[in-house]
Amino acid sequence: MTASERIAGTVANYVDERTGAAKWMKKNLNKVFPDHWSFLLGEIALYSFIILLLSGTFLTFWFDPSQREVIYEGAYEPLEGLKMSAAYASTLHISFEIRGGLLMRQIHHWAALIFMAAIVVHLMRVYFTGAFRKPREFNWIIGIGLLTLGIVEGFLGYSLPDDLLSGTGIRIAEAIIQALPVVGSYLAFFAFGGAFPGEAFIPRIYTVHVLLLPGAFLALITIHLMLVWYQKHTQYPGPGRTEKNVVGYPLFPVYMAKAGGFFFIVFGVTAFLGAVASINPIWLYGPYTPGQISAGSQPDWYMGWLDGLVRMSPPLESHVFGHTISWNILIPGLIVPGILFTGMALYPFIESWMTGDKREHHLLDRPRNAPNRTALGVMSLTFMLIALINGGNDIIAITFDLTINQIMWFSRIGIFVLPPLAFVITKRLCLSLQRADRDLVLHGRETGRLVMMPHGEFVEVHEPISPQKAWLLTQHEQNPPLALEESDLRGVRRPGVLKNKLRARLSKAHAVAIPKVTADDLKEIEHH
Amino acid sequence: MSNEIEAIKDPGLPAHVHRRADTDPKAAAKAERQVAILFLLSALGTITLIASYIFIPQDAFIFFPVLGDTNAHQLFLGLGMAASLFFIGMGAIHWAKTLMPDEEVIIQRHEFRSEDEDRADLIATAKAGAAAAGLGRRSLIKRSLGLSLGLVGLSPLILLRDLGPLPGDELKKTSWKAGTRLVTDPGDRPIRAEDLEVGAVAQTLPEVGEGVHRKLSDIGKDAVLLIRLRPEEFNLDAERLSWTHEGIIAFSKICSHMGCAVALYEQQTKHLLCPCHQSTFDVTRAAKVIFGPSARPLPQLAITVDSEGYLIAKQPFTEPVGPSFWERSS
Repeated sequence: MTASERIAGTVANYVDERTGAAKWMKKNLNKVFPDHWSFLLGEIALYSFIILLLSGTFLTFWFDPSQREVIYEGAYEPLEGLKMSAAYASTLHISFEIRGGLLMRQIHHWAALIFMAAIVVHLMRVYFTGAFRKPREFNWIIGIGLLTLGIVEGFLGYSLPDDLLSGTGIRIAEAIIQALPVVGSYLAFFAFGGAFPGEAFIPRIYTVHVLLLPGAFLALITIHLMLVWYQKHTQYPGPGRTEKNVVGYPLFPVYMAKAGGFFFIVFGVTAFLGAVASINPIWLYGPYTPGQISAGSQPDWYMGWLDGLVRMSPPLESHVFGHTISWNILIPGLIVPGILFTGMALYPFIESWMTGDKREHHLLDRPRNAPNRTALGVMSLTFMLIALINGGNDIIAITFDLTINQIMWFSRIGIFVLPPLAFVITKRLCLSLQRADRDLVLHGRETGRLVMMPHGEFVEVHEPISPQKAWLLTQHEQNPPLALEESDLRGVRRPGVLKNKLRARLSKAHAVAIPKVTADDLKEIEHH
Repeated sequence: MSNEIEAIKDPGLPAHVHRRADTDPKAAAKAERQVAILFLLSALGTITLIASYIFIPQDAFIFFPVLGDTNAHQLFLGLGMAASLFFIGMGAIHWAKTLMPDEEVIIQRHEFRSEDEDRADLIATAKAGAAAAGLGRRSLIKRSLGLSLGLVGLSPLILLRDLGPLPGDELKKTSWKAGTRLVTDPGDRPIRAEDLEVGAVAQTLPEVGEGVHRKLSDIGKDAVLLIRLRPEEFNLDAERLSWTHEGIIAFSKICSHMGCAVALYEQQTKHLLCPCHQSTFDVTRAAKVIFGPSARPLPQLAITVDSEGYLIAKQPFTEPVGPSFWERSS
């Protein structure tokens, strides 16, 4: 027995004698985690969050969240003697006078961008593989909550330095609040402690950014992970993997070493980016004043789609009985995002309603085998992408020598035309891929070897695929659409006909598939 | 459908293939050395970090081909930190992948639904609890509880009332009054018509007394842009034309869409463009919106000159400046 084995045993004994948790710990140390690169996406989000907590704490030691006006007398000469808020001055102080301060600021900002990107890509993985299905609907909703909070937290974070760029972002947020019917101007005055910009907003969002939201994140992430733990991870289909088992590696030591190691890699890469890639150089923007602006004002990427929607909105405003309703702000700024996020949160329930499927699912879908879901996902992404492109229309116009008007009109039309087109194309692609799978199982793999038959005909030799591969391509379920009769056995129309009609149609659209190969098909082909 | 037909059989988990390090002690020793080297690289990274912190001055710059002139202190601090973290991770993962057992393990799942008996017990307990509380029967308690819970939600709203003052008519008025001089921003110098050449633009604010502090919230409403055209270039009605002075026209600089500063003036086309959402305003037609999301022109400030020849406001703005709000009447 080596020393480390003896220590491990002693520790296990020590803990059990004080908690009686031997059984529980044994079970959990042996817990099996399936291995796949796409399961690391959520981990990247988690690790970025830890990096954000660490680097953020560092920044709070010197950041002064105050809009009190000061005269700058720091190391950065171009701004010497300028009036600015204490928040902006202390951000300059961190950047130029604290050793490692700029590095930490850049690590913090990069980690925020990576955090949001990892959440989005993780969400895409979960969506396209159907991992949100029963019993994981709660975790899906928590995930959407984390995404939403992440957007808010990121926005508040980059608003704190009170530079010209972020101040402009706050101005836009204020305009959205102010546009709310009836209560808008009241809410704006409460939030800002008076007329914009006032001196209250930065200190207030600071508390929200460093205390309230991180607390909410910690709580939600804890529940998110506990549910993953308790429900056990989903796994990709394959030989030997079923709905009833988990195939993978034990937590201790393999998974712990890999996951722990991966944390350091994510941190290392973020630190590398912070070291070499300048981000948000606020000293170039100058302090915020509402009378000035710089061209090419861009929010961080996860806000870009929202800005793009606002940019492409037509100039609609209603004036009714001495009141103004700004549709050009409310629709792109609140109504459309509200519908998108609510729809996304409810999607697991919508799909289970469409398919009538109330069973547990632990084996993931290959995206092609759920053409409707995959197409809907690609459609939503197309929508977001066009909005995002329009959010950078000024930058794109300069880079590609186009006019802003061209890009704006492309977006205004494209946002209606391209997503449905993406849906149709994706659905067809999925069905084509299913057809290709079917061919592969039936006729085997093309070897590229041509053989001349005795009668002169050339044929390509096909090689049968392995039983493992054949299983992978045929293991999925193909369920018939719901049979929802309009009238019951006695010919009486059922209540809720319209709802049922819609449900039947959706269910039918969802069940479209190329029939998978069965053992009978294979037998039949052998006879030929 | 195909479910009733005989499906292709699951061949089961493929046989485990051993790694070289599992069978060849030499390969295992090599893997161990590689892990150790990775951990040592991490240690080297930390040493780089410490050395950079102490020895590289904060204002030392160094030229790198892709990065350009870079602050050497921050760069080496960051590179050291990156290496110290990254190689720990690489070492741990290399260790797990080459030397820790890689034999796949299978465990069984359990269905989350409890046994029927337990479920029936739970439902009975829940029902019994609800019956014992008797909310269904005691409607007085139910209603009064509903009332008090509803009211208790109001207290945080009440307590947050002092977050800010009521808007009153703050959003509707600016500091501009009849006779207020326009002064340059920055500089606070009054402006004569001849200071502006044709085609020039100036950012201005209302004049304040010596030593008076300008609040940002005032600038956020008062910022005005002066543009000088040739008088014949205007396409305005008689009233709006009378608001200009010798080809100088004044607009609120605060965008009528979302309040950004409308700062991009295109001399050729005489268009003002807001960099935030690209609302485009035609200066010759009283800042009419010709493109983008804004629904209203920029408010025009009527200007003239005082006895000393300096530009002044003829009257306050005739409409609220900045983004729309519910109480705005037009």
